[in-house]
Amino acid sequence: MMPEVIFELWVYMAASPLLHLLLTLLAFFLAQWVNRRAGGSPLLHPVLVAIALLVGFLLITDTPYSVYFEGAQFIHFLMGPAIVSLAVPLFDHRERIRREFIPLILACLTGIFTAVISTVVMVRFLGGREDTMLSLVPKSVTTPIAMGISEQIGGFPALTAGIVLITGAIGCLLGPPVFKLLKIKDHAVQGFAMGLAAHGFGTAQCFSLSNLAGAFAGLAMGVTGLLSAFLIPLIMRFFA
Amino acid sequence: MLEGFAALLLFQLIGELITRLSGIPVPGPVLGMALLLFAVLLLKKVPAGVRTASEGLLAYLPLLFVPAGVGLINHGLLLKQDIWVISITLVVSTALTLIVTVLVLQGLKKLWGIKNDA
Repeated sequence: MMPEVIFELWVYMAASPLLHLLLTLLAFFLAQWVNRRAGGSPLLHPVLVAIALLVGFLLITDTPYSVYFEGAQFIHFLMGPAIVSLAVPLFDHRERIRREFIPLILACLTGIFTAVISTVVMVRFLGGREDTMLSLVPKSVTTPIAMGISEQIGGFPALTAGIVLITGAIGCLLGPPVFKLLKIKDHAVQGFAMGLAAHGFGTAQCFSLSNLAGAFAGLAMGVTGLLSAFLIPLIMRFFA
Repeated sequence: MLEGFAALLLFQLIGELITRLSGIPVPGPVLGMALLLFAVLLLKKVPAGVRTASEGLLAYLPLLFVPAGVGLINHGLLLKQDIWVISITLVVSTALTLIVTVLVLQGLKKLWGIKNDA
């Protein structure tokens, strides 16, 4: 039995943005702690653990996502200025970017084509639905751009948003063993591939490796987003 | 720090305004990033306040993905329908993308005669 006072408090708290804002921070701290205890395993990526904890909490308390987001939007809002602030590490590594400009652009184009064509081929081969395929195509592109592309080519933008996050986590998981296997030691190359395949997730992971890896990941994320917005609708015309 | 944060918001706002008015299919913050990069290249340095704000935000980048990720709660059914197709495709395609990108970039850098430093 829940005493009336506690019930009234809960009704008040659940309606205030404060509760869900604080819960998001607490879930993230807890997730970081869990991740450290697990030896930094990308399987228990702090973002994934935090999301799982919060989804569990919302399901148990029967809270709609829209109510949760009223509190969490304050954190979500910071994504915009965070993307803008990627200009700073790019500036720090401007000489290197200038030197490697043409290889970087060409690698970005081949990366985008690989991501898109392998997705189309795999989903068709495995017998997935056409609208699933269209929602998956922009999976390596940073969330806000991916949602726009998904809408343009006929996918479900909301599903795409979730797929993009899962792809990011998969990229963080696969990146280190792939680089080890292929003997890639250059942090710039590693970062670029992570930013291209795993957008902001990959970028965030790269900043914990080195500033150079993070800068190239941010660069790849930005350029992949810009090019994909124009290229993916064009590529998809060939698969319509 | 506060001036720096205001500058980041200003560039985001300019980016949003340009994409709204021109209809370019690129999100405002990405355009804002390009404009800020252009501005600091012209200045030839990053103002201290902008650097502090930028480093502060980038240190917490993973946290910023959490609210959008919780939105997956609304797509449980859609995800469940094609769960195997989606999982296999995401893993295989992401692995291929990583492999092709690193090999192409590494190969082109050699071709261009750019030294590889670790």
